[in-house]
Amino acid sequence: MSKSFKVRILRQADPNSGSHWETFNVDYEDGMNMTTVFQRIAADPVTTEKQPTVPVAFDSCCLEEVCGACTMVINGRVRQACSALVDALLEESPDAIEVRPMTKFPVVRDLVVDRHAMFESLKCVKAWVHVDGYYDLGAGPRLAPQVQEEAYPLSRCMTCGCCVEACPQFSDKTGFIGPAAISQAILFNLHPTGRVERDDRLGVLTGPGGIADCGNSQNCVKVCPKEIPLTDSIAKAGRDTTLYKLRQWFGR
Amino acid sequence: MANQQVVVVGGGLAGLAASMKLAEAGIHVALISMVPVKRSHSVCAQGGINSVNDYTRQQGDNEWKHFDDTVYGGDFLQHQPPVKEMCDWAPRVVDLLDRLGVPFNRTAEGFRDQRRFGGTLYKRTAFAGATTGQQMIYALDEQVRRWEAEGLVDKYEYWEFLGPIIDDRGDCRGVVAQDMFSMEIRSFPSDAVVLATGGNGLIFGRSTMSMICTGGAAARAYMAGVDYANGEFVQVHPTAIPGTDKLRLMSESARGEGGRVWVPRRPQDDRDPTSIPPGERYYFLEERYPAYGNLVPRDIATREIFDVCVTQGLSVESGRMCVYLDVSELPADTHKKLDGILEIYEKFQGADPRVVPMKIFPGVHYSMGGLWIDFEKNETTGGLVLGSTRNQHSNVPGLFVIGEADYQFHGGNRLGANSLLSCIFSGLIVAPSIENRLNSLANGAAADQAASMFEGAATIHQEQMDSLIKNQGDENPYTLQLELGDWMTRQCTVVRNNKDLAALLEKIEEFKSRFDRISLSDRSNWTNQNFSFARALGDMILMARVMAEGALKRDECRGAHFKPEFGIPAPDAQDPAELRRQAQAWCQAFKKKNEQWLKTTRARYTPQGPEFSYEEVDTSLIPPRPRTYGLTGAEIIGEVWAEMSRDASNEPPKAVASAAGGSSA
Repeated sequence: MSKSFKVRILRQADPNSGSHWETFNVDYEDGMNMTTVFQRIAADPVTTEKQPTVPVAFDSCCLEEVCGACTMVINGRVRQACSALVDALLEESPDAIEVRPMTKFPVVRDLVVDRHAMFESLKCVKAWVHVDGYYDLGAGPRLAPQVQEEAYPLSRCMTCGCCVEACPQFSDKTGFIGPAAISQAILFNLHPTGRVERDDRLGVLTGPGGIADCGNSQNCVKVCPKEIPLTDSIAKAGRDTTLYKLRQWFGR
Repeated sequence: MANQQVVVVGGGLAGLAASMKLAEAGIHVALISMVPVKRSHSVCAQGGINSVNDYTRQQGDNEWKHFDDTVYGGDFLQHQPPVKEMCDWAPRVVDLLDRLGVPFNRTAEGFRDQRRFGGTLYKRTAFAGATTGQQMIYALDEQVRRWEAEGLVDKYEYWEFLGPIIDDRGDCRGVVAQDMFSMEIRSFPSDAVVLATGGNGLIFGRSTMSMICTGGAAARAYMAGVDYANGEFVQVHPTAIPGTDKLRLMSESARGEGGRVWVPRRPQDDRDPTSIPPGERYYFLEERYPAYGNLVPRDIATREIFDVCVTQGLSVESGRMCVYLDVSELPADTHKKLDGILEIYEKFQGADPRVVPMKIFPGVHYSMGGLWIDFEKNETTGGLVLGSTRNQHSNVPGLFVIGEADYQFHGGNRLGANSLLSCIFSGLIVAPSIENRLNSLANGAAADQAASMFEGAATIHQEQMDSLIKNQGDENPYTLQLELGDWMTRQCTVVRNNKDLAALLEKIEEFKSRFDRISLSDRSNWTNQNFSFARALGDMILMARVMAEGALKRDECRGAHFKPEFGIPAPDAQDPAELRRQAQAWCQAFKKKNEQWLKTTRARYTPQGPEFSYEEVDTSLIPPRPRTYGLTGAEIIGEVWAEMSRDASNEPPKAVASAAGGSSA
């Protein structure tokens, strides 16, 4: 007798259709995670009502929580499906694990959403180091280990969207750029070469949808799977934009 | 060159490096990727990137030694000029990444920190925490985003490559790809195509690779006429964490930083591992390989772990095979360096490796084989003629291959921290080669070709899709893939023998006929992942045959391809004269084996199955020598081999002398 458990999934055939719930019985396996659950459902897509259905569409890639693809809302909390272990989820919610797509992005199908807007925000804040070119010009600037230790955690951002999903200010109506992009602006301002475009980034953060839109709910830092100190970045962005505005004021 | 466009397929390290370098030259790039490029499989690389550096140089290291380690580790199966060029470039590649802002770990004085990886005696590896691949791909992703903002790169993310477009002359004129959301199929005319589509671990079911690593793109190029080389060479990483959906990599850096591999001497000892005294622990890599210890090359570590569990029955658990990889006794600052990978273990296994030893087992990790490409040797330097249109160029004119998708740099076995290097290096050098090709297009630009050719190519793929979607039968693509993976893993990974391989080939024929009876549960025309997966399964079955048949045909042991029935028995006599005689016989057998098998396997597609041919390997820079890491009798083999080489050339055998020195004897 194998143990089984229930999974409720909010499904949507395409961007123009309505959504509906489907429930599946899944055979339990030791150490199982949610991406395995979707794979097992795909192999035999039948609901608990014995209705044949189609495999659940979901984004996935690395399954190691470093690519950010499989982000979704599981048991009411936004996270990656690959690192969401069934044992822990059933402890949270013994009757059924509940899965739905992220709500801050357009649904493409089922659990697949279009997070294109997040990558566009990275363009806005010039999230890159503008180098002269790719010919050999020797090593980069020497960096104190303390600077590396400050930069590295910020540089682990997968653009997964957890922070913006949890952010009360982020929606397509407010135009708020969101914690991930703000933190990336801070990251590149930390870099000795990246600093050259510092004022461009601060200019963007000072403008509409910028730092002023942050409501300081601190949800972002709680849901970040990489434990990026997003609120520290936001605080730093607040100070830096103030100084930037003063510099603008005095014409410097 | 005004309206010329290059299509790059794949946005991992190689594809991004090529895109940014092409954009820098003012060439417009269409970058096609199944996932947003930032999520490509390169993010999974943990440990680091190899290059000679100021630190190792002063210990006697140089580019030649990096080159030598790479070809020796690869069992001499790679053409040497591209490898030499790559190792010469390595310091420059790391410098470039440093300038692009990759947060490499730093020493107190602010220099890049270095660690030691397998298959070398030097600390050559630069790293960024335990997420070096992720940090590197982010840096390149950022550069390409800048070019995107400037209009030189157009990204097509969530687009799947279906095949190259090849004209009547045999020239590649573009690609057909499919929007994975709308399922629209369209042609992309282009004057050069670069495939940077990675490896094919999913053929083995669960591997350390990402869900997109089906090898589908390479299979589609192969079917269109691009040869596939050394398919039978598959690296199995010694240390992976077994999971239900995939095998998660535990980086070699865990051992590079001092992690030790062991099993309890008493089989399935059920005591808490931390309470087992040192005398009752079997540190088998350290005992068997005193010089390299836990840092033997991957194929050797894999076979030893396999041997300890399978042959000697010393697996930690009885139901599931695994050994301990122990970092629990390392100091806290070392744990900090390894945070990223230790977190993965903790997250997915629910145990803290800082406190208890990790349980690991080998898993399929890297495809050394790949699409066949050419190169042009620089006779003066021994490296490449940079900018030559032959470099990274497949046998289909206009189609280039880079990164893990090509077969060029790692021979029979890849050294740790060399893949990030080969991906970026091949991506950087393909750009000038393409530029030169664009400047001298003999048969006109793609834009001048008849529209009907491009429409026709898209129509063929549309018809194939329609037919697969409508197909009726009793076979399920998901269960069929699991079965394929299971067979491939059991018969075609760590230990191979001809009887099993022959059975596997029969089974693959069965899978092929069962694939024809596949039935999709989803027949819709919107974001149909069921269909996309099934199509890739057909590609996996096709390539499984190439790999298994290549393995069956290759009757020898070389690098990751281990076929004990064709091994050469190691000299083990007690009597010195007899030992010498045995070593002489060993060396003769080794020489004979190289004459027959030091060859690139080259498979060409035919509808009846692959047509195999064997090509000489360019070993013009370092004469092949026995790879004797840890082999019994390594010392006497080294001695005899040196004598034989001396007799043959009458010159001091420099490279051979280091063979003996490099062995653990």
